[in-house]
Amino acid sequence: MSTKNYIKIKNLSKSFGDVEVLKNINLEVEEGEFFSLLGPSGCGKTTLLRILAGFEYPSEGEVFFDDTNVTSLPPNLRPSNMVFQNYAIFPHINVQRNIEFGLRKENLSKAEMGERVENALKMVQLEGYENRYSNQLSGGQRQRIALARALVKQPKVLLLDEPLGALDKKLREEMQIELRNLQKSLGITFIFVTHDQEEAMTMSDRIAVMDEGNILQVSPPREIYHNPKNKFVSQFIGNINILDADLKSVSNENLSIEVDSFGSMQLKNYQQIIENDKINIAIRPEEITISKISDSNYDYNFQGNVKNISFYGESTYYYVLLNNSEKILMVSKNETKEPFSENDNCFVNFNSNNVKIIKD
Amino acid sequence: MYNKNNTLFVYCVFYFAFLYIPVLLLPIFSFNDSFHMVFPLKGFTFDWYIQMWNKSRLHQALFNSIKVGIIASVVSTFIALFAAKAFTRYKVKFHGLSYGAILLPFIIPEIIIAVALIVIWTSMGLKLGLIPVTISHILFCTPFCMLILISRMEGFDKSLEEASMDLGENSFWTFWRVTFPLLLPGIIASLLLAFVISFDEFILAFFLSSSDQTLPIYMWSQLRFPKKFPHILALGAIIIIVTSLIVMTAYWLRNLGQGKKKDFSIGI
Repeated sequence: MSTKNYIKIKNLSKSFGDVEVLKNINLEVEEGEFFSLLGPSGCGKTTLLRILAGFEYPSEGEVFFDDTNVTSLPPNLRPSNMVFQNYAIFPHINVQRNIEFGLRKENLSKAEMGERVENALKMVQLEGYENRYSNQLSGGQRQRIALARALVKQPKVLLLDEPLGALDKKLREEMQIELRNLQKSLGITFIFVTHDQEEAMTMSDRIAVMDEGNILQVSPPREIYHNPKNKFVSQFIGNINILDADLKSVSNENLSIEVDSFGSMQLKNYQQIIENDKINIAIRPEEITISKISDSNYDYNFQGNVKNISFYGESTYYYVLLNNSEKILMVSKNETKEPFSENDNCFVNFNSNNVKIIKD
Repeated sequence: MYNKNNTLFVYCVFYFAFLYIPVLLLPIFSFNDSFHMVFPLKGFTFDWYIQMWNKSRLHQALFNSIKVGIIASVVSTFIALFAAKAFTRYKVKFHGLSYGAILLPFIIPEIIIAVALIVIWTSMGLKLGLIPVTISHILFCTPFCMLILISRMEGFDKSLEEASMDLGENSFWTFWRVTFPLLLPGIIASLLLAFVISFDEFILAFFLSSSDQTLPIYMWSQLRFPKKFPHILALGAIIIIVTSLIVMTAYWLRNLGQGKKKDFSIGI
């Protein structure tokens, strides 16, 4: 498996007027990787994608494709193609001519052209739609045509700007799997922009979490979920309980901390925390168990009271108010029977290796 | 009993009568077998229409008007097309001010433009005639064309042009393969409307045309002779029908492909 970095972004900044939307971005994306830019709206992810496409030019910094500096190259000269958020299917020409649009310069014969279009349509499972117009297609079909139109150019990099945002939930989930399979079989680098953390988690090889023009963490989905580097990332990806913690003593291996609701705790120093760092601790809801009696198999047990229950089908969330504390913990269980009801007394149990240390 | 709907209906009837009866008198009298435009009608005749066939000055004036109209509409649409692109696609400095400047010819009385142009033209020692008339019509039509094209341009998605760039076309080809075909209904509407405006424009032509009459000037010149009056009615009737058809086509084209939205404004 090649691990060559195809896209390199070096010290890139972008300002619109006085507003700095991207702040000193450094990023490398491997060849054939499914890479997601994830963040809330206004975090700069779309601007970064548009810089990769060539629609915007960075205020500072450089962009390399395959070690070639493309920073000032216009979009028509870049080996990348884009799937637009609103698909941008040309309304005045039919599907066939939409897909052929980018092939004008390749001087193909009519037969070759027809074959390329047919293959592209086959790839997105829309054979026989050649003569339709944009307004005769559903949202999902437009999305596929936009994909076919970009892929028929055989790009090195495919840029996708929230392409699934306008589809309903069921179709979106189908397209997620389809896109992922397509990317694997073609081996093209995909840069996928989304604000939907679930979408990013299910599809990506790696995710860059962005906020306010900064990239906060670049990691594979599991790593991001289980080992978020800071508070924003931990809260943006999945549900999590976050508690303030005070550092008592620090060594290279161990941390001794004091937590509001839990008292003193001993944890492994896997985040290279040094003295005077501001830290929080975090626990995922599914890493806490809830029981009627204190469970001695776990390192920590706390008494509490079930305040609310939310049933999601595959899991149930309990909101537990700890005794002698104001803190409410989220606990999830994936069993269908509900042994607890609201206002029941209970114990919450967890192990120290489930406790994450997060820099503020 | 007071009935609101009936009152509105009566108001409507008066409104349309006021608008259209004077105009409808023209075609009616154009078939009247009399030199005088008075009721009761005398008899039915096609004479006035037939008379138009052998009036060479009328033909010359019609030809002049069509020539001026075509040049003025093509040039003003061409100018307006690129100005509209600049306004809708790029950050124009002093956007509001420039937009106001475009609208200004609507507000300035035509006669002022006419006087200004005649002063400039003659002080440069140039001869009056169809050339200054054409120039003045371009000046006068351009803001109309711009409003049509700006509204058309705002109605279409900028990402279509980006998609074309992304698929390998430069700005020139993007314009011809995407922007132009999508704007085409607006461009045709602009051509037709500019032509109609130029075709029936009187004041500018009156000041600047000298001996090269356009059709409105010819019609005005004929009004002084009672015997020549009826064929002007016939000519007027034809012009009403033709220009209405052109303007209706222009509106229809302008809205083509912009969804089912019915919009009968000229795009302001």
